[in-house]
Amino acid sequence: MPVISYREAINQALAEELERDSNVVLMGEEVAQFDGAYKVTKGLLDRFGPKRVIDTPISEAGFIGAGIGASMLGVRPVMELMFWSFYSVAFDQILNNAANVRYMSGGLINVPIVIRGPANGGTGVGATHSHTPENICAAHPGVKVVCPATPYDAKGLLKSAIRDNDPVFFMENTILYNDKGEVPAEEYLIPLGLADVKRQGTDLTIVAHGRAVIHSLKAAQLLEAEHDISVEVVDLRSIRPLDEETILASVRKTHRVLLVEENKPFCGVGAQLSYMIQDKAFDELDAPIKRVSAIDAPAIYSKPLEDEQLPNPQRIRNAVLGML
Amino acid sequence: MPSPFSKKSATDEEKSTESKDFDGAVSAAVSKSAQAAINVKLTTEQKIEFFRTMVRTRRFEERCLRSYKDGKISGFLHLYIGQEAVAVGCCSVMQENDQVITAYRDHGHAIAVGMPLNPLMAELYGKVTGCSKGKGGSMHFFDPSRRYWGGHGIVGGQVPLGAGLAFGLKYKGIKGAALTFLGDGAVNQGAVHEAYNLAALWDLPVVFVIENNGYSMGTSQARSSAGDLAKRAEGYNMAWGVCDGHDFYEVRESIDKLLNLAREKSKPSILEIKTYRYRGHSVADPDPPNSTYRSKAEIEDYRRTKDPIQLFQNTLLAEHVLNDALIEKIDAEAKEEAENSAAFAEASPYPTVEDITKDVYWEEDNPAQKKSQGRIFFD
Repeated sequence: MPVISYREAINQALAEELERDSNVVLMGEEVAQFDGAYKVTKGLLDRFGPKRVIDTPISEAGFIGAGIGASMLGVRPVMELMFWSFYSVAFDQILNNAANVRYMSGGLINVPIVIRGPANGGTGVGATHSHTPENICAAHPGVKVVCPATPYDAKGLLKSAIRDNDPVFFMENTILYNDKGEVPAEEYLIPLGLADVKRQGTDLTIVAHGRAVIHSLKAAQLLEAEHDISVEVVDLRSIRPLDEETILASVRKTHRVLLVEENKPFCGVGAQLSYMIQDKAFDELDAPIKRVSAIDAPAIYSKPLEDEQLPNPQRIRNAVLGML
Repeated sequence: MPSPFSKKSATDEEKSTESKDFDGAVSAAVSKSAQAAINVKLTTEQKIEFFRTMVRTRRFEERCLRSYKDGKISGFLHLYIGQEAVAVGCCSVMQENDQVITAYRDHGHAIAVGMPLNPLMAELYGKVTGCSKGKGGSMHFFDPSRRYWGGHGIVGGQVPLGAGLAFGLKYKGIKGAALTFLGDGAVNQGAVHEAYNLAALWDLPVVFVIENNGYSMGTSQARSSAGDLAKRAEGYNMAWGVCDGHDFYEVRESIDKLLNLAREKSKPSILEIKTYRYRGHSVADPDPPNSTYRSKAEIEDYRRTKDPIQLFQNTLLAEHVLNDALIEKIDAEAKEEAENSAAFAEASPYPTVEDITKDVYWEEDNPAQKKSQGRIFFD
């Protein structure tokens, strides 16, 4: 099976969907001529031309709003936010228009857009460029939010996102772009709303998404090698819709849950998961639900502190040890 | 000549919400646009129909106000009274692939594209028979089948959507234009400037129509905007125009020119249409003498000399298209239709609690098609 990078997996998904459906159009800053700020859209302009791969000015509210308007007519824009941090300049379009137009029209309209781009910190770019707004977006009924952690998940989920008839917000990670993994050559789709058990275990369940999954898997290895502790790692993949059943099945198995997220703790994804798990599996829990979130402050610049601020294998390992 | 809006025809009960009387002192001056090709080609039936649509809009809005005061409508109600010629005039020139989108003063546009009144009033009453199943309310009338894309609450938020409708038409190789309405209060929103830039940069077939009624809620144009409104188009190398929104023929002539520019040359433009609203920004904004920002005399002056329905009526009387009896009949029917819509709304049921979580996701509402490509509107 081919082994490709997360970046390449996304590139392939975009290319395949552009090829498959003439309604799909890519829009974003530097996506065409520059090949993408992080080279995710490399080669797509050459292959599909300027009508299908469109460079936009720095105008998120404008071009995302225009993409939403076009999608009401059946165009299927896949719009890049160079950083998901920039969602806030288009907040009204993304979370008032895209999220609500279907509902306010009583179901007469749908908005088949995808907004994709990296949502992560850990690169020393400072507080305004390091947002991970999956929790903020997922709080809005009408949208879907997806956070793939691996190349395999990224490709399958992005194809599904593009074919979905509602707004899907696809959150990548610049640090993961170079990660490599097995990705089938044949076409495949991963449905939205399905979590994935990335590692089987028996003593404790970690639920994570995005890069936190990779850190959690490393922590799980450390815990097994050094402490003989068996940790199960559930990768959410979709924040909304949320796969409650996969999470609960794991809780019923291990009876201890650690939530790991790059979000800040207040109203992070973990806050929602905590409520859900204790509501539906209270009697299965042998210990309070714990979480490892970003340390609650704006993203710090100084590298060693930024690495500590975010979840990392050491913090995760220490949290697990504290629970057993 | 008897006027639909004269004191004689208003009962005491209706007086508080109906148009005030005026003495018909407006001269039946011929509009300078009457000879424009777009107007000369109109048949008598068409002219009567446009007049009728404006009257129906006025009477519907007045009935809405009464329903609101009776506690039947909640939330916002932004009445279109006084601005009828703008929506009816602009929409009257739309061709088969043209699209229209507006802000929250949207009842006029809904009626102008032909939405029936019953679902509109039912929507205002929050009933499940409403055009948005009671989920939108006054600011969110939609009808994709009539190429009408709402009905939007955030000032200026609909303007990038309108540019997007134009983008969609152009992308799919469909010759048409997107009529994107906004108010004088919206012109300073950042998103509006972003939409202007994109439209000009990408040659989108959009006409941005600024309905300038002089006030952004309670703030006059002079206190809101630096410089002229439509003229800002020059900064984007866009065509622009200004016209009198009280003159139905002039609205048609002005918008037609720019819609053709959009359709034929795929070039965007801004048309500022000067108009006026007799009522407050919304129901919460009191009429004089309690108004904080305008005088009763100003409103009365507009009613008396610039009412768009009265002016068009005068024109059509002079053209011998209308006569007194027909005017009375049209007005009576308009009132009856509005009254019937209120009765329909009153008798309709509310949505159920189960309805709250429907119409959120296409996939959940269409489970049988979950695995398929899904609906593409234009197909």
